[in-house]
Amino acid sequence: MVKRIVTGAHYGSRDWLAQRVTGALMAVYIVILLVVFMTGSPVSYAVWKDIFAQGWLRVATLMFAASLAWHAWVGMRDVVMDYVKPDGLRLALQVGIVLLLAGYLAWAVQILWR
Amino acid sequence: MAQAQPAAGKPRPKFLDLSQIRLPLPAKVSILHRASGILMFLAMVWVLYLLDRSLSSAEGFAAIQAYFSWRIVKLALIVLIWALCHHFCAGIRYLFLDLHKGLDLKTARATSVAVFVVSIALTIFFGARIW
Repeated sequence: MVKRIVTGAHYGSRDWLAQRVTGALMAVYIVILLVVFMTGSPVSYAVWKDIFAQGWLRVATLMFAASLAWHAWVGMRDVVMDYVKPDGLRLALQVGIVLLLAGYLAWAVQILWR
Repeated sequence: MAQAQPAAGKPRPKFLDLSQIRLPLPAKVSILHRASGILMFLAMVWVLYLLDRSLSSAEGFAAIQAYFSWRIVKLALIVLIWALCHHFCAGIRYLFLDLHKGLDLKTARATSVAVFVVSIALTIFFGARIW
């Protein structure tokens, strides 16, 4: 048993939990979206647009996008930590991933509320 | 940096011949969970583009529809559908493992088989729908 002195640092348990909570949220959203698609098959622009014009679905989709960004950050950070050993390159990749995901999230907002 | 020597003295044995390593089924689920996650991360820009264009206007929607008449584009989407299905099924399995459900070898193997069967079946189902 390792005794740790807690100084305000966290040891990855928050990221671990966040990845699981966001994963579960996204799973629920995907099932809901499938039901929405099944009930109104989006084969025309009008139907497709109306689906994403619903306020609740926009909010749910935004929550999905935010969950995805957080989930993907933890996952890609793990991948980078496992395979990229040089510190400089690792940091650069991690910063790049954060910026990319933040940009994607902003893009998603733009798509949903144009 | 020089090869780090572990504190215990003798270097750890290393065997990384990927053509010789026989991964057990749960390990295959695991590495494909990672691979599918990376694939979906890389494909995010494409999915956002498709969503953006298809929701932008009737012309944009028609352009995306025409784009998906290409077999190669459909094939790419099916690969992505597989990645999502595998990641989804394996992810649910991991949530149960985290709750200490299904940890014994027999159950762990059975749920690994289930992940492959369900995710491939779902891929075929959705793939057939978009083809």
